[in-house]
Amino acid sequence: MSLDKQTVAKIANLARIRVAEDKLDSLTSDLSGILAWVEQLDELDTDGVPPMTSVAEMTLPLREDAVTDGNCRDAVLANAPDSEDGFFTVPKVVE
Amino acid sequence: MTHALTELTIADARSGLAEGEFSAEELTRAHLDAMEKARDLNAFIGETPELALARARQSDVRRAKGAPLGAMDGIPVAVKDLFCTEGVRTTAGSHILDDFTPPYESSVTANLRAAGAVMLGKTNMDEFAMGSSNITSYFGSVKNPWKGKDGEDLVPGGSSGGSAAAVAARLCLGATGTDTGGSIRQPAAFTGIVGLKPTYGRCSRWGIVAFASSLDQAGPMTRTVRDSAIMLGAMAGHDPKDSTSAPLAVPDFEAALSGDVRGLRVGVPKEYRLDGMNDEIAALWRRGCDWLKDAGAEIVDISLPTTKYALPTYYIVAPAEASANLSRYDGVRYGLRVPGDSLDEMYANTRGEGFGDEVQRRVLIGTYVLSAGYYDAYYLKAQRVRTLIARDFRAAFETVDVILTPTAPSAAFAIGEKIDDPIAMYLNDVFTVPTSLAGLPGISVPAGLDSSGLPLGLQIIGKPFDEETLLRAADVLESAAEFDGRPA
Repeated sequence: MSLDKQTVAKIANLARIRVAEDKLDSLTSDLSGILAWVEQLDELDTDGVPPMTSVAEMTLPLREDAVTDGNCRDAVLANAPDSEDGFFTVPKVVE
Repeated sequence: MTHALTELTIADARSGLAEGEFSAEELTRAHLDAMEKARDLNAFIGETPELALARARQSDVRRAKGAPLGAMDGIPVAVKDLFCTEGVRTTAGSHILDDFTPPYESSVTANLRAAGAVMLGKTNMDEFAMGSSNITSYFGSVKNPWKGKDGEDLVPGGSSGGSAAAVAARLCLGATGTDTGGSIRQPAAFTGIVGLKPTYGRCSRWGIVAFASSLDQAGPMTRTVRDSAIMLGAMAGHDPKDSTSAPLAVPDFEAALSGDVRGLRVGVPKEYRLDGMNDEIAALWRRGCDWLKDAGAEIVDISLPTTKYALPTYYIVAPAEASANLSRYDGVRYGLRVPGDSLDEMYANTRGEGFGDEVQRRVLIGTYVLSAGYYDAYYLKAQRVRTLIARDFRAAFETVDVILTPTAPSAAFAIGEKIDDPIAMYLNDVFTVPTSLAGLPGISVPAGLDSSGLPLGLQIIGKPFDEETLLRAADVLESAAEFDGRPA
């Protein structure tokens, strides 16, 4: 499928990536090329084939529902671009 | 002496340390000197000389005291910058993480440390491990220590290109890599070293920056098969922190190197003979078959009918998982923040500036194939094809013990070649991706030089969790190939 610029702009918005207007054309052609190429999968009949859900044949282990770490607020915040009073800061979301 | 120390294998260095021929500190200093002289390769994003010397001295103290020693005690290694290392900057080759210092240690590097290994520094890589050339790193391209015929700079392969270059250029005795679609094996082939991707689940993924969680797997990059066996033993093991880590004991991989492959059944898949395959690679592949046959193995023609569809499947599955994994980089909790007037604008500005072109392309493809209306046509379809690919291998392994193929469709190419065409770049992984999709172990062994004097690799693929047979076959292949080429 060939994508148009508007669709690419919409995907970029969904992915929360700001794409400069002058880069949209080349990105649109790259993405269209990749999608056209992956569409060769349509040649294969996959009716009745179950989708792979796990590459390793293992049952997912369960552990006790208990806190295994904690009390490490400072370590958690250590890499924050901005924090205040033990919290991460973000731009105002409620007027 | 300094020069000779960097020429050792891990196995030889282990003996030299045991016999007191040199100390861990001397061994580490020799490698730190070599790193300094080879900065032009850009193999490292961060060097950690003080840390390395301190750990080397601790190893010497343990040895002097007669304290218990690990399997890699005093051995200097490099670590791909995708592994989180406590207190040491970890970037994943990305601007978005370029000032991230993890307060925790990945399980694989913790295992290596517990085995006594000495970390020299963090190696360069394609951004978020997305690439087959190491030209997508925010920290610049890595140069392959091998040069082209006219002296031009070549790519080391990717994404573990810094690790591959460091091992090939004798800057470390071994290095960790990660392989999602061939990121250990292809750079190993391009730089003339050994690279092993273990079975999915053999090594813990905990603390490794995630790219595509159902595919990512850590493994060793070394100059010999024996060294890979030693290093894998030190890296592997069950980890309760990773729910996909296999609850299996770690075998003695080194003990598996018996040198005997009599009766081993080696599969040769006809679908890997691509139209227009490079003659030199085809000839090397035939030679590989002859070497194993001469050693007593049986060569068996097999068919893996879905091979052709592996690469397009990979380029749906991996970006889909990447788009989800990389959603955590939003400028709030760690990494880069680029301000905006609203929360959404801050996210978009941060990710637009923090991610490079290839990462953006893949996140966008992943977002698209997972989006409403396209999920079934792309993502679900790819997951069904993935089942078929895994079934092909399962059927083949009913008649053979291992599979032999080339590692990459060409030798290393020049820096700057192929950059304009993402699909041409993706084709580099055509022989390694099917194994990854099926979760199987694969190893690349340097097996010869092409007419330009550049190394070429052969790949052996094994059954799940049968790294022992894989290593045994690889060891025999290595002995027969007698590869002694080295970068200038």
